[in-house]
Amino acid sequence: MTDTAIDPGVDTAARSVEPGAAPPPGAGGPGPPPVPNFNIVPVRALPVVAVVLIGLIVAISTNNLWALTFFHVAGGGLWTSLDLFLGLVLGPIMGSLSIPARIEFTTKFMPKMLLIMPTLVAMTLGAGFQLARHVGNLEASYPHHGWLVASMVIVAVMSVIALGLLEPANLAVLFELKKPQPNGARIQRLMKVFIYTAGITGLMQIATIVIMTFLASR
Amino acid sequence: MSATVDVLPPGFGEPDAEDLRQADYPPVMPLAVATLILIVSGGVVVAAQYGRPPHLEVPTILLGLATLLLIVNAVLVLRIREFARPVFFRVLGWALLAYAAIAGILEYVFLYDHTPAKVLALFSGMLVLFALDVPLMLAYSVARWQPPDAT
Repeated sequence: MTDTAIDPGVDTAARSVEPGAAPPPGAGGPGPPPVPNFNIVPVRALPVVAVVLIGLIVAISTNNLWALTFFHVAGGGLWTSLDLFLGLVLGPIMGSLSIPARIEFTTKFMPKMLLIMPTLVAMTLGAGFQLARHVGNLEASYPHHGWLVASMVIVAVMSVIALGLLEPANLAVLFELKKPQPNGARIQRLMKVFIYTAGITGLMQIATIVIMTFLASR
Repeated sequence: MSATVDVLPPGFGEPDAEDLRQADYPPVMPLAVATLILIVSGGVVVAAQYGRPPHLEVPTILLGLATLLLIVNAVLVLRIREFARPVFFRVLGWALLAYAAIAGILEYVFLYDHTPAKVLALFSGMLVLFALDVPLMLAYSVARWQPPDAT
């Protein structure tokens, strides 16, 4: 099974090279670096996303405390780690790579992020809301309700950053790379937006984790 | 740590026609982000009142403003003359599908929790706007960098 989903209608096979293969004639000379063939949405991973989302729905509908805690903690932990790793580790490494290496990495990495991030966000927030409601933390009478509202505000800001900057940059990079002649400066600019916003949301999530661990220990 | 020196091939990264067209485009992204801010703010205001009789005036105003902004934004996008419309509508379609699923899960949570009717109506309105606004942002942010004749 091959990955096919959103294809901007450009015959990438005609201009792409397999990673590690001999460069096409003219490579290294004038003209844009070669872009490996890739698919914007990794269709093979969609069943995994579906399984995770079905699991989330089952956890919510059964109000199973363990399942809700698992989805919330596992999702939140992975989301935070991934954002921090992206912003603080992978970002600087990418900045030091050559342009062809950056392009090759981007074509393999960004399609996966297109599915991973929204899935983790849905897991964390969906299970988190239901968990808070289930254990009574959401009630206005909860003694530490103010802290919970503070975490909601932080999550709201993170959501705006992720949906308004990070995801659009992710998708725009992938479509730019599908062009016959991708604009390198534009890709660099969009990747910077992606990496920086990931780092910022990762740092904001530390604040959320501080609040969550504080509430869990009360 | 030493950074690799980038030697850009001629023509790689220079401003192209898409760069030059950006100045002609309306402020779709700022308006869409503002819409999203209004939606999530309304959501936080309602969620913060959980468990007590909610005051819905502020979230209702926020929802109304968000609706207005979204309509204005949709009109602005449709009025752009040189725009990769086929790409825009293709991305919009897929994104609508994805975000309808996400909004559907959230709606299910609210229904399952027997959310009171007025709060449910407000949340549902916010979810509808959310499921329209985010795909609009995604589709526009792709199409704005594509040549108008791209399919």
